[in-house]
Amino acid sequence: MHFTKDHEWVRLDGDVATVGITKHAADQLGDVVFVETPEAGRAVSQKDGFAVVESVKAASDVYAPVSGEVIEGNAALASAPETVNADPEGEGWFARIKVSDASQLDGLMDRAAYDQFLTTL
Amino acid sequence: MTDGTLKTTPLNAAHRALGARMVGFSGYDMPVQYEGVLAEHRWTREHAGLFDVSHMGQCKITGRDAVAQFERFVPGDYQALKAGKQKYSLLLNEQGGIIDDLMAGKPDHDGLFVVVNAGNKDEDFAFWRANLSGDATLSVLDDRALIAVQGPEAAEVMVAHEPVLAEFGFMDCARLMLFGVDCYVSRSGYTGEDGYEISVPAGDAERVWNTILQDARVKPIGLGARDSLRLEAGLPLHGHDIDPTTSPVEGALTFALSKSRKEAANFDGAERVLKDLAEGPARVRVGLHVKEGAPAREGAEIADADGAVIGRVTSGGPSPSLGKNIAMGYVPPSHAALGTALQVIVRGKPAAAEVVAMPFVAQRYHRKPK
Repeated sequence: MHFTKDHEWVRLDGDVATVGITKHAADQLGDVVFVETPEAGRAVSQKDGFAVVESVKAASDVYAPVSGEVIEGNAALASAPETVNADPEGEGWFARIKVSDASQLDGLMDRAAYDQFLTTL
Repeated sequence: MTDGTLKTTPLNAAHRALGARMVGFSGYDMPVQYEGVLAEHRWTREHAGLFDVSHMGQCKITGRDAVAQFERFVPGDYQALKAGKQKYSLLLNEQGGIIDDLMAGKPDHDGLFVVVNAGNKDEDFAFWRANLSGDATLSVLDDRALIAVQGPEAAEVMVAHEPVLAEFGFMDCARLMLFGVDCYVSRSGYTGEDGYEISVPAGDAERVWNTILQDARVKPIGLGARDSLRLEAGLPLHGHDIDPTTSPVEGALTFALSKSRKEAANFDGAERVLKDLAEGPARVRVGLHVKEGAPAREGAEIADADGAVIGRVTSGGPSPSLGKNIAMGYVPPSHAALGTALQVIVRGKPAAAEVVAMPFVAQRYHRKPK
């Protein structure tokens, strides 16, 4: 699993990346009340806003941790956005992306580096 | 970790001890949430929530001419207001725009006790200092905290401490000894629920806060839930839903225009207010039920059924009590009738919306029979 400084995570399986927001991000947002995930077929570039997560207070963009083509958004979040709080790094995934350049992951943090990064915030 | 540029309320340490998440708000380091906005919102609707609103401005306006001078800039009849009562009003500019909204009452026989918004208080106080004339003196009470207890169990909780509070009806106010100290208290609030707001000397605030919090029916509530509660109650937030360009008629606040004052037309902005009443305003604040998609937030465009943009959302979000998305915003009166089908544009996508009555959630004030 790899992590961005914007608190997204990405897990690569073959050339398909599952992406979501980290537990830290979900905790900071508080109660998630709405999630807008991307549609299948959409091309996304690394660092582009590709999804939106909303708490009671505000809407926040979620940035693509890698470039590629969206295979599917997590449709379950439409009716159960609270899953993002309950299991942000599991069932609360946002999308699966067919990765166009796996080397982009080399520029992201691993778990230890991300945990260290969190201590600097 | 306190941001050195932010001011603190007398309850800052208490919030930190409770594990609150603190944010900067109107120049103050304030608790936005403790356990979570949704849980705090629901707790207040079902039990009793305790709020630190010490960032708000508290002042007295005293002197022989206090009420007459205060009335020059508000459309409410404060001459007729009985001792022991308070009234919501609007500080108006000469164009009839709302400089601030406020609560002013007669808790004692010494002029008016006034509570104004945190973000406007410095301007409000400067305005009164510059404009009050005759025997009318502004005294800022910056040595006091303001604590609100709100919810269906608020009265039971507070009456257990101070039986005299049972005698208060909605909008009653008094200056009296509570918890052993000199307080101003009113039965009012900003949640749509029954409850009290208590002005406490700063040095006693933490003791009073902790005393009230000992009751298992009470939980601390942050500014996040305060905002969602007031939205459900249809109460405008100054700087968002009303501002110095909005008239009271546009803001759907005509209840704050006293009959005698409209007839006398002797307050700043009266000309605009009377014109809006006679001819109808250019736009009016309405409630919206957003029927699909994402919550519509401040700034989202409102369109008619054909997609033509006719206004803008000024506050909006999920309603935890109703389980749907609600908003308030401005539309022309031609599109303000209850049931009018509209659209809101969120991130470029139109979503169906309908004009609905406010409050979105019924208010539960403790009104005593007259």
